Parts: sequence; structure tokens; C-alpha cells
Amino acid sequence: MSEPLLSAHGIHKYFGTHHVLRGVDLDVRPHETIMLIGRSGSGKTTFLRCLDFLEEPTLGSVRIGDVEVTADPLAARSRSRRELVRRLRLRAGFVFQDFQLFPHLTVLENCIEAPVRVKGIPRPEAIALAESFLEKVQLAEKRDAYPARLSGGQKQRAAIARALCMGPQVLLFDEPTSALDPELVGEVLRTMEALAHEGATMIVVSHEMAFAREAADRVLFLHEGRVLEEGPPEEVLDHPREEATVRFLRRFHDR
Amino acid sequence: MTTDDDAALGIAAAERRRRFRDRVLFLATWIVLAAAVVLFLGGRLDLSFYGTWGLFILGGALNTILLTVFALAVACAIAVVGALARLSANPVVNGIASFYVSLIRGTPLIVQIFVWAFGLAAQGVVLPLFEAGVIALAVNYGAYMTEVFRAGIQAVPAGQREAALALGMPERLILRRIVLPQAIRIVIPAIGNDFIAMIKDTSLVFAIGIQELVSRANQSGRQESRIMEALLFAALIYWILTFIFSFIQGRLERRMARSDR
Repeated sequence: MSEPLLSAHGIHKYFGTHHVLRGVDLDVRPHETIMLIGRSGSGKTTFLRCLDFLEEPTLGSVRIGDVEVTADPLAARSRSRRELVRRLRLRAGFVFQDFQLFPHLTVLENCIEAPVRVKGIPRPEAIALAESFLEKVQLAEKRDAYPARLSGGQKQRAAIARALCMGPQVLLFDEPTSALDPELVGEVLRTMEALAHEGATMIVVSHEMAFAREAADRVLFLHEGRVLEEGPPEEVLDHPREEATVRFLRRFHDR
Repeated sequence: MTTDDDAALGIAAAERRRRFRDRVLFLATWIVLAAAVVLFLGGRLDLSFYGTWGLFILGGALNTILLTVFALAVACAIAVVGALARLSANPVVNGIASFYVSLIRGTPLIVQIFVWAFGLAAQGVVLPLFEAGVIALAVNYGAYMTEVFRAGIQAVPAGQREAALALGMPERLILRRIVLPQAIRIVIPAIGNDFIAMIKDTSLVFAIGIQELVSRANQSGRQESRIMEALLFAALIYWILTFIFSFIQGRLERRMARSDR
């Protein structure tokens, strides 16, 4: 079995005295798609944000590829530490619930900004790369549109293309369909499924159980800051062992 | 075509007629008021004064515009640096910026102008008067605009910074390419108002003897005992200048809003 691409060890997170994450471990092998589920407040989004150090964990360490960062809340602002975190982030792509496209840039400019200015890719190459990813998320014809002109589903697909343009080793999705009108959810999920089937390594926080069945290799159920149960989707979703998992899933089966 | 469509067209046409009528009435109000002012004052004013001194006073507008443009450019630079300092995590940097804003906002502009021109000179630091005027206005407006820029930067959603961080962008690049362009869009209306206020506040430097609109109006009006004629003329020029800048500001705001449509 191959070496994990991403390893998180003993992740704890306190907000003040509120102990949100109570020691979460996760190893993700290349090409795996991991789905994080759990009720609101279980810590799943906080954990995902800790993986990219958008939240500084209180304890623990995260390794993506060849970069490892250990939690150190007191040193987090130092220059060398920020540079290390930045290198970790270059190995991950993050897709936000509320898209966070840059509103003053067109779709194409959103996609080439970081490749050109951070990775130093020549502009024509960056444009060609961005166009190929926009093609992949079926937004080629929107390349010159400003984000305000796009539907929610189009915005999220553009945000996915923007993340892909940096050539990340792993993609992190934070409830990517939660801000969308119901009829727009499908187009984003199909895009994500295509990525999973092409072998992208992905960690997805979501309530879309159909996506878990279709695309996830493993499902982790987070409960009160811990991984309570994990396994293949058919196991966790259809034959949960824990009472809390059963109660959580009942809501979805009733639908 | 159904009767419903006819009715809808009728309502739309009536709406258009009403909007047109309102615009005509609005303009007519302005014209009537302007005519009233001219008629009321026209008979009492000595119009020959303008033949002799009109161009002389108008010449003062050049300095008014130069003072405004130089001082505003410097003030904007001060404001960006000041705003970043106010938002700095470094308590000393933040303290310096907050001290500056408090000191400047807590004292009258005219006192600051005298300090830069005469106070410093008395201490042996002699600034040319025009430069002293520009610095006094720039430092003063820089303080107010520091707070405007700070609010503008804070109004950019935190998620924008996070998205840029997640892409691996370093802090400086995030500031320059993501945060400031959005903050500037937000503060343009407020900066436009400061620009217009600045045009009028340049009149205060007449107190240190810089030749501009007010000083020239005052000088010629007193000499000819036609002070009302002179002051009204200066006032009219200020009004026209602010009118032009409001117009430019409106155009700029519309262009900056391009990406919001």
C-alpha cells in the first residue's frame, strides 16, 4: 500500500476554552477521496481548515507531500513559520462554501493570478492551463465574465478551476454545495465526481450522501471533535455501528 | 395583442411621461433659482469690477487647483500607509498611527497651517509658503483618510484573504492584488467627498499669504471697495470647481462598479 500523501496527527483545536477537536488523525493515500460527515458543530469544517492552517491547530501536525507543519500557536506569526505554512498550502487546493472568487477579477484572471504571481508561470502558459481547467469544469465560455455575472453553481465550478490551476496534490472541499440553490447542486457534484474518478486526491466536508456513495473511498463520521466511525461508504452509511452515527444518518434516510 | 398588453403598454408610457416631466421640473427649479439670485444681486453689483479684476481673481484658481491636487495625492499616500499601520499587529506601529490621527483630528486645520508656515519658521525651519500649505493640508486630510482607508480595508470580507492565503499568496501580494483594489473601490465615494472638501479648505491657506482664489478676491475687493462682487465671484468659481469634480467622481464610481454588474 502506498505512502500517505497527507497525514494529520493528533489534531486538537481550542477556541478559547471550547475544545472543538479532541485528537483527530487522518492518513490519505494518493487518489483517495475522503468524505467527512457529522452534525453541525462536530468539528468537521474546523478540521478541514486546520489541514490548510487557515485555522492554527492548538496541537498536532499536518504533512502534505514533503512539507510538514507542527501546530505552534505562539510562533504562528513569525516570518519563517508563515513561509513554511505557505509552502504547505501550495500543496493543497481549498474550495470554500461561499466560493470566495475575487470579485474585481474576471474568471480567467481569478485562475491565473496565483500561478503567474506565486509560481512564476509565464502568462501565456498560465492562460492555456486555466483555459483547459475551465473547459474541464465547463466554463470555457465564461472566461471573461466577472464573478457577479455567474450563477452559484458556475461560481463554485470557477473556484474549483482556480484551485486546480495551482496544481495541488490534494483538494480540500468545505461544504461546496451548501450555499447553492438545490437545482445547482448537481452540476458541482458532477464536476467533483469527475475529478475523483480521474484520480484526484480529495477530502470533502459535505452532507451530500449520494456523492459519498458515488465517489468516496472512505467516510469519516466526526462526533464531538473525534472520529467516531470510519470505513467504506456502504459500511458507514448503511451499517453504522455507533448509536450517534445511526441517529445522524436517520435524517438523511427519511428524505 | 390582448387588452392586458395594451393596458401594460399604456402604464409604461404614462410612467415614461411622468419621469420626463419630473426631470423638466427639476431643471426648471434650478434655472428659476439661479435667475432669482442673478436678478436680486445683478442690480446691486458693479459689473464693471469684473472687467478689471475678473481675470486676476480667476488666476487664483490655478493655485487652488494645484494645492488641491498635490495635497490630495500626498494625503492618499499617507492614508494608505496610515491605514496599514492602524491595522498592524505591531502595537508600536499601531500606536504611532493612532497618535497621529488623534493629534491631527483633535486640532483645527488653521492652527496646523500656521504651525507649518510660521511655527516651524520661528524654530528655524523655514518652509516655502506653498509647500507649507500643501504639507499642512496633506497631513490633515491624511489623518481623516487614514480612517476611511482603514474602514475600507476592513470592509473587504475576511474570506477574500483566506482564499488568497489558500492559493499560497504571500501577505504583500494579497494586500496589493486582492485587498487594496477592493478597498479602493469601497472608499472612492468617501475620497471623492474629501476631494471636494479639500477644494474649499485650500481657501484657509490665504491666511499664510498664499495667492489663491480667496486672497485675490479679498485683495482686489478691498482695493476697489467692491468686496461683495469679489467674494461672490470667488464663491462661484469654487462652486463650478466642485461641480466639475463631482461629475468626474460620478463617472469614476460608475467605471469602478463595472465588475459588480
